[in-house]
Amino acid sequence: MSSQLPILQVIIPLISAPLCLIISRPKLVWLFTLIASTISFIISIILIHQVMQSGTIIYSLGDWEAPIGIEYRIDYLNAYLLLIVTGISSIILLSAHTSITAELSHNKYVLFYVLFLLCLSGMLGIIATGDAFNVFVFLEIASLSSYSLIALGKDRRALTAALRYLLVGTLGATFILIGIGLMYMMTGTLNMHDLSERLPNLSESRTLIIAFSFFTVGVCLKLALFPLHWWLPNAYAYAPSVVSAFLAATATKVAIYILLRFIFTVFGIEFSFSILPLQKILLALGLVGILTASTIAIYQNNVKQLFAYSSISQIAYIILALGMNNSTGLVAALLHLFNHALMKGALFLALSAVMYRVGSTQLTDFSGLGKSMPWTMAAIVIGGLSLIGIPLTVGFISKWYMLIASLENNLWPVTVLILLGSILTGIYVWRIVETAYFTTNKTGLNHIKEAPFSLLLPTWLLILANLYFGINPRFTITITKLTAQSLGAMP
Amino acid sequence: MLIFELPPFAPFLIIAFIVLFTRGRVSSALMLMAPIWGAFNLWQINPQTVWQITLFELQLNPFRIDKLSLIFGYIFHLAAFFSIIYALHVRDRVQQISCLIYTAAALGAVFVGDLLSLFICWEFMALSSVFLIWSRRSQKSFFSGLRYIVYQFISGLLLLIGTLLYWHKNGSIEFSHIEFQGLGATLIFIAFGIKCAFPMLHTWLTDAYPEATPSGTVFLSALTTKVAVYALARSFAGSELLIYIGAIMTCFPIFYAVIENDLRRVLAYSLINQVGFMVVGIGIGTELALNGAVSHAFNDVLFKGLLFMSMGAVMHMTGRINGSDLGALYKTMPKTTVLCLIGAASISAFPLFNGFVSKSMVMTSVLNQEYYGIWLALLFASAGVFHHAGIKIPYFAFFGKDSGLRAEDPPLNMLIAMLIPAALCLAIGIYPNILYQFLPYSHDYSPYDQSHVLAQTQLLFFAALAFVWLNIKGIYPAELHSTNLDFDWFYRRLLPSLWSTLINKIFFVDRFVRQVVLNRLRLILLIIKRFHRPNGIFSNAQTISNMTLSIVIILACYLALSFI
Repeated sequence: MSSQLPILQVIIPLISAPLCLIISRPKLVWLFTLIASTISFIISIILIHQVMQSGTIIYSLGDWEAPIGIEYRIDYLNAYLLLIVTGISSIILLSAHTSITAELSHNKYVLFYVLFLLCLSGMLGIIATGDAFNVFVFLEIASLSSYSLIALGKDRRALTAALRYLLVGTLGATFILIGIGLMYMMTGTLNMHDLSERLPNLSESRTLIIAFSFFTVGVCLKLALFPLHWWLPNAYAYAPSVVSAFLAATATKVAIYILLRFIFTVFGIEFSFSILPLQKILLALGLVGILTASTIAIYQNNVKQLFAYSSISQIAYIILALGMNNSTGLVAALLHLFNHALMKGALFLALSAVMYRVGSTQLTDFSGLGKSMPWTMAAIVIGGLSLIGIPLTVGFISKWYMLIASLENNLWPVTVLILLGSILTGIYVWRIVETAYFTTNKTGLNHIKEAPFSLLLPTWLLILANLYFGINPRFTITITKLTAQSLGAMP
Repeated sequence: MLIFELPPFAPFLIIAFIVLFTRGRVSSALMLMAPIWGAFNLWQINPQTVWQITLFELQLNPFRIDKLSLIFGYIFHLAAFFSIIYALHVRDRVQQISCLIYTAAALGAVFVGDLLSLFICWEFMALSSVFLIWSRRSQKSFFSGLRYIVYQFISGLLLLIGTLLYWHKNGSIEFSHIEFQGLGATLIFIAFGIKCAFPMLHTWLTDAYPEATPSGTVFLSALTTKVAVYALARSFAGSELLIYIGAIMTCFPIFYAVIENDLRRVLAYSLINQVGFMVVGIGIGTELALNGAVSHAFNDVLFKGLLFMSMGAVMHMTGRINGSDLGALYKTMPKTTVLCLIGAASISAFPLFNGFVSKSMVMTSVLNQEYYGIWLALLFASAGVFHHAGIKIPYFAFFGKDSGLRAEDPPLNMLIAMLIPAALCLAIGIYPNILYQFLPYSHDYSPYDQSHVLAQTQLLFFAALAFVWLNIKGIYPAELHSTNLDFDWFYRRLLPSLWSTLINKIFFVDRFVRQVVLNRLRLILLIIKRFHRPNGIFSNAQTISNMTLSIVIILACYLALSFI
């Protein structure tokens, strides 16, 4: 049984999805989904243990050996990402039932869980698989289900947002497919391990460079790197709150995983950073992304949109850290993958609580919430502090590593800009705090109560995780350092 | 009665402490006792007494007595005695105590044997005397007092630094003759010079003395500058520089005194003028000259005290002190008028008055050392003194145009206080040996020879003639309400105006720069807002074709950069 874990990880949510349709009673479906996700979470914990003890796990699907069959490879990076995705999805699912009853029409409840599980299994598949084409397939599963999830939003703008995401996302997927196709053409294999062995011999080839470019641009679109980010804000803003939380915390992380996997494992560091100007591009786009997205966030009037732009800027931080091209930078990027998932998950869950009670996430509707929803607002404040990078929160840990990485490269202007980005973050967080705590509600909505426990519990689980891993980051730092080592970036 | 010997300053300090707890007539009586007890104590003290304290490796010598210090000790007691009588009616605790401490500090300064102890007394003099100025309790006196104390502290600081440097160089801090070379000695010299009201360092005196209380000014005029004269005589006797400094001091105040309206300020200028004679004497440095300087200091305390007291009396009775407000007071204040005239005659060095017997010593010694230019300057100064102190003061206060004021003579204590120095002025003038026996150096000198008397009388006669002629012709500067500034113009007018101009300029530039920077910032923020606000270019929901375009651009960039 335990040797089947890599595939179970993916298969369980995938099979649970159609089963949901059979159960068809919302509350039961919710429980079923939650259990499926939790099982995946438990499996991911076991997997990370196994990886730590016995190294990379190789699992051949249907016992077909690698070149012919599909191979699942779980090393530190996969295990780490699996842990993040399943953990976040399980916690978010805790709140799903309460939240969607307020935001979705009755007949869509079951559909929501089906799509959620499909999306989850798609992401887990992307992470677990060791086959390049398989990545594309799972990416399509995850993407299509997430388009649909976004389209479930009550706001009619959710439909257009989903459509735009669909079109642009498909374009990105096509780019990825072109990249993979070119690689297959050059090497005759789709297995990542084989690719990584054969590609270095072809590093002079123009086709390979084009393959790399198409692939990277496609992935950058998926992870919403700054000038390719247009689809994201509206998609996050108009999707149901649970979906926003789930996608913000996990989807972009998975895209970054693909980038990491292909840069470090498939193409190799030397090809990516030495032959190709990836470092310059990532640094430049990262910096511009941080500053622009943060500045846009300052001017937003919808808090969901504000945090969507904040996500773009935080992703840009990760990209910037990658662009440092040193081991500390990679550790910082990996740390921020985890930490940003914790922050954004908590913040969007808190927003779902606001949405549940107030029915809107316009900034003006936040006035007076500091009094009427103290726990929710406290969660937003702590999450916001984490976002800024105040010590004792996870945000501080990853920002700290980024600063060190930039100083190691003698890029002190970058250091200054990172700090400037933190100041901008402080500004947009302060806007929310100011509205919530220092303005009184003019509309006289005094009946607003604190959010129900089912929403507060997952929010605060994530907030406490923010604080715990901020105070005691030993686990995350150990695992990210091991990951960086396994990716070959660490001596 | 008192068997044990006390240092001369002790009686005053003890009385000051007791006065703190008494009031009314008791404290007046106690204060009167202080100079009597002090003088008795001083008379009893064995002249060979030397007290020594060893502090770390420093040989401190807080009490040393010799003939030079003794004569200053006597005149300070005398001055304290008549000044306290003069101030008997004053019921101001601050003035009472501060004048006692001030006298004690001055006595201490005169009897110390090392520079560090001198510094302590120096600072105590400054600290206690400033309250005599502030006791006037007007805004003007407050600021004058502030400037005064700043000057005094600078002097004290220079003395301290100079002492340390001198100690470092010579390994001794003995307060005796100091070789005028090296930074330490120079600093000490300047410190003494400030207290002595050297030209350009004198402004605190003419600024603050006229702002003090009527009785406070009497104390001030008697003590501070005389301590400085003593210190110079002790340390820098025979320095030629002092001759020229002294000559300038005698001459330059005359011009200011002539145009000054405040009669007490006129006296302050004449004080500098008189100190100038002493400084010249110290600079000459012969025994005769030093005797002249010391005796002139002695006499100056008497007649300057007398003049200040008479002006104080006028001020006390009329509330005014400007020459332009006064006049024809002789009708109702005859006694004060007579006493003032005695003082005026003394300061002008009329024969038979004490100014003559001491000033002539200085003049003779100058001639003996063949400083003819200096001698002429001193002659001019003598004429000038007669002008502004001998004629101007009594003329504008008691004679001149009728101001309509009909003030009575001052209270009895003031009259008695004035009577004492007036009597002494005459007594010393007629029997100079009363004074001469106390002089530090035994020197056979007789002021009343033919040439002296004749020359001085002629000088005074023509000076008087000149005053009359100038007054009749209307050329004599009219008495006007004004604040005349001399060197203090530099820091009371020039510096503040430069400062405020500078500040204004800085403010202007600062405001301008800030305006520009703020405008730029506003513009930048506006641009940022235009691009970043909702529906701005960066945050607008772009059309799909635009999104596709951006993807293509990025891809193109990637490829371009890859192939370069």
